[in-house]
Amino acid sequence: MKAMRTLYGPIIDNNPVTLQILGICSALAVTTSLATATIMSVALTAVLLAGSVVISLIRRHIPNSIRLIVQITIIASLVIVTDQIIQAYVFEMSQRLSIFVGLIVTNCLVLGRAEAFAMHNPPGSSALDALGNGLGYSLILLIVGFLRELFGAGTLYGHTVFVTVHDGGWFVPLHLMLLAPSAFFILGLLIWIIRAVRPAQVELAEFEIATEKEGAAR
Amino acid sequence: MVDLNPLSLWRGLLALPNESRTKTIAVAFIVSAVCALAVSSAAVYLGPIQQANRVAEMEARMEAMLASMPEMAALIEASGGDSLETMVVDLRTGLVAQDIDPDSFDADAVRTDPANTTVLTAEQDIAGIGRRPDLVSIHVLREDGELRLVILPISGSGYQSTIRANLALEGDLNTVAALSITAQGETPGLGARIEEAAWQALWPGRQLADAEGNIRLEVVRGRATNSFEVDGITGATRTGRGVSDAVRFWLGPDGFAPVLGNLRAGRL
Repeated sequence: MKAMRTLYGPIIDNNPVTLQILGICSALAVTTSLATATIMSVALTAVLLAGSVVISLIRRHIPNSIRLIVQITIIASLVIVTDQIIQAYVFEMSQRLSIFVGLIVTNCLVLGRAEAFAMHNPPGSSALDALGNGLGYSLILLIVGFLRELFGAGTLYGHTVFVTVHDGGWFVPLHLMLLAPSAFFILGLLIWIIRAVRPAQVELAEFEIATEKEGAAR
Repeated sequence: MVDLNPLSLWRGLLALPNESRTKTIAVAFIVSAVCALAVSSAAVYLGPIQQANRVAEMEARMEAMLASMPEMAALIEASGGDSLETMVVDLRTGLVAQDIDPDSFDADAVRTDPANTTVLTAEQDIAGIGRRPDLVSIHVLREDGELRLVILPISGSGYQSTIRANLALEGDLNTVAALSITAQGETPGLGARIEEAAWQALWPGRQLADAEGNIRLEVVRGRATNSFEVDGITGATRTGRGVSDAVRFWLGPDGFAPVLGNLRAGRL
């Protein structure tokens, strides 16, 4: 039961992107098409999973003073290996992802899970936690990628869904969808929807916003 | 007596308190060594596959470009495929580089080799490439000894990436036969549309230089109004300018101008 919660928790209840707002830079950069979002999701989940397991295995022997460097070294090596594999076997995709696979190193999500969970838990539950967080991240990336590709280019995985006006159809592509700000809008709307359905996720306001009358009285 | 059994040394190391200096250094060293091994074996093992991918990609694009010029493709077909000559030229002299086999020439290696590149000054570096390779592989197609087609690789900085392309010129060396973008990482949907066949199809027939020999060919904003201009892509002004600058640099005096001069004079 607890294992299931470790796995499913991060997918919606404690989603790394929409609740913890981690790893959103890459969520903006690679979601212009569903295919790149998919490859990025797989790459991140693989790195997160492998990194968490390795760090969890040696967690008792990592000196506290150099623990972040050890974690980053392991994560960076896994990222390079993943990038090399993508360049070798999914070459076309690697050209479209360009530097973003390499930037998984700087994704707060990976280091965050290593530091917060894998350093204190056995490999089994670390793996489940990593998988859950990877899937949570992937879910958001795929939703954003789906909306951006569909409305920005009228295609899904490169297959035409809406015939655009360039090709003689009716659909006028929303070019905004292909630019980074649209990912922010979609992400914001997603967070709004999730928090409307699950009010428990709403954070307490740090400051009360003063009404006009109160402001005048002060 | 000192115990030299590696297994017990290992156990002793693991038993050390985590904060001890020996263990900190040992852990740092072991982690780095294992990671270095993993990264280098991946690079060594996967390197040839990646290289093959890159070569296949370049060849596919070259073939696609030739296929877009039916007349030239027919010419190559008629002569049995041998007439498309590959030569490595030295941009310092404008002549064919000596002692270099075009078949084993590695343009990627030369591009990063300080000995075979020339650093460009800010005024020279129109295309924003920093340093220019001295040795470049070009393709030349002749029919009965007469020049029909020259394919030149060009490159330059676009909006957010290096754009590489093959520019094919007709026998007069002033009319564009085709342009094929071989590598770019521009904004998808905007700058990246330079990869679309529809945009590249605007290039054939454009003129390169005017009667005085000034390079006039450029990508303009909006619609082209004369034979030196190519329609720009809306929302991709800087990508278009990058392509224009690449053309201007590579066909100018620091680029292929000496080579083209020699080709015209029949010295190549």
